[in-house]
Amino acid sequence: MALTPADVARLGELARVRLTEEELVHLAPQLDVILASVARVAEVAGADVPPTSHALPLTNVFREDVVTESLAADAVLAGAPSVEDGRFRVPRILGEEV
Amino acid sequence: MSELLRAGAAELAGRIATGEVSAREVTAAHLDQIAGVDDRIKAFLYVDGKRALAAADAVDAKRAAGEELGPLAGVPLAMKDIFTMKGAPTTCGSRILEGWVPPYNSTITDKLLAAGVVVLGKTNMDEFAMGSSTENSGFFTTHNPWDNTKIPGGSGGGSAAALASFEAPLAIGTDTGGSIRQPASVTGTVGVKPTYGATSRYGVVAMASSLDTPGPCARTVLDAALLHQVIAGWDPRDATSINAPVPDVVAAARHADVAGMKIGVVREFGGEGYQPGVEQRFGEALAVLEGLGAEIVEVSCPHFDYALAAYYLIMPSEVSSNLARFDAMRYGLRVGDDGVNSVEEVMNLTRGAGFGAEAKRRIIIGTYALSSGYYDAYYGSAQKVRTLITRDFDAAFANVDVLVSPTTPTTAFTIGERADDPLAMYKADLCTIPSNLAGNCAASIPCGLADGLPVGFQVMAPALADDRLYRLGAALEAELTSRWGGGLLDQLAESPSGAYLNVGGVR
Repeated sequence: MALTPADVARLGELARVRLTEEELVHLAPQLDVILASVARVAEVAGADVPPTSHALPLTNVFREDVVTESLAADAVLAGAPSVEDGRFRVPRILGEEV
Repeated sequence: MSELLRAGAAELAGRIATGEVSAREVTAAHLDQIAGVDDRIKAFLYVDGKRALAAADAVDAKRAAGEELGPLAGVPLAMKDIFTMKGAPTTCGSRILEGWVPPYNSTITDKLLAAGVVVLGKTNMDEFAMGSSTENSGFFTTHNPWDNTKIPGGSGGGSAAALASFEAPLAIGTDTGGSIRQPASVTGTVGVKPTYGATSRYGVVAMASSLDTPGPCARTVLDAALLHQVIAGWDPRDATSINAPVPDVVAAARHADVAGMKIGVVREFGGEGYQPGVEQRFGEALAVLEGLGAEIVEVSCPHFDYALAAYYLIMPSEVSSNLARFDAMRYGLRVGDDGVNSVEEVMNLTRGAGFGAEAKRRIIIGTYALSSGYYDAYYGSAQKVRTLITRDFDAAFANVDVLVSPTTPTTAFTIGERADDPLAMYKADLCTIPSNLAGNCAASIPCGLADGLPVGFQVMAPALADDRLYRLGAALEAELTSRWGGGLLDQLAESPSGAYLNVGGVR
């Protein structure tokens, strides 16, 4: 199993992280070494062992259904990279063909 | 003034409460120390002296009005830059959050402010708490006060270095795989990872949510306990918060007695890869505890050998999901918004520009481990190993009260030494990771020097038995301090290599 720079570029696009050519060449062998090392978990992960996703046996934690104060809109928008008419302004979300 | 810097939090709070010294004087002394030495240490990303002095004045005014002060009122604290605090920039060590000023406080920030603790500023860390050296900070690397060419540990290296350079008597951090304990170990300070869920994650920038645990950092076990008591407790705003009483950690720290305590030494944590000086100090600490009446037995936890591998699958998987929130839309950096680029392209460009190398490595590993076709072999298997490690702990704690090991296999390594070898860097957390995977509590206590650099002694206890960490920690600390004629950091303060800290000759 050797991860190629092209594989890493694809994973980067899936994770929405644009990687430069230089980064891809640097990252691919590093990730290979790391993945080869962590693959040993399979040695002891028998079919009879149940998985643990979380240390605490908590499920469906709900709070009381009461109205509480929320943050003021302007305080939240103050940290936004771009704002318009009291809302977050985002880049276009539709493709060219639309 | 240096005498105020050498004093611990418990002592300072007592003197402030009696009026022998004002909170303002204490805060001003620490701000001066930061101004004097932080050019060399680089522990702080942000210092707000005006705000700190105002908070100190409020404590002094309360005292003057005859109001009762809390046990840490007026004591300065260095806050890891992962906790939100209104009006103070929070970067989490990342360029992608540079300049963001949170509109709310973390629950722990609220608790600290309510207790009258004086926040001096925000400390440096590896980006999004990913690292063991602060070299992954998007801003700069923090230096170890014992030797400025060495790393201060990570991710909470800034908080640990602030304590060891007498810039603050208290600090807080977060521990996902060792980020409180490993920095404590390499700086000669005390660091505690409480039971998972005992300290609130609300308002703490998330790295791996099933592992992240905020906790106290200090120069003494009692100071850590006092801080633990202030920050712990159930929080309805954190869905994984434990609704159970906090063990009386302060009483445990004052009750430094290990007579009859059964201590298990983890057989798997030693040997190859462990620095001889670290093993030597660890062995001596065991003898000290035995001399104090503890019973020492060897315990095998066979699956701990797989903890690092499981961690480097589970953690990146959670990272790849958690860091999706940095999407350039609601806060932080935005790159490439030229009116033509689509939202996806702006996300790609922003995250490519804003995340550092380690964040990218982990996001990619996590994305890979969770992808269909690999999920069972990687993430699924890692979750099973998590079960096996928890079973190892359960079996061990059926026979012993606590488990112990060195906190980290080596003393502080040289800055740059492991920067391009991720696996070597990851091994710094070899001994600390199991407690994160199982969710129990653990601490690092200074146990001496090896080649002039601090060594940490790790103690692990069952979930919700955090008091045992403090009982053992205080006993070990009291005996070692009495043998040394002072704490480990007193040795630094009085030594030629610590002369630049300007705190010598007062005790």
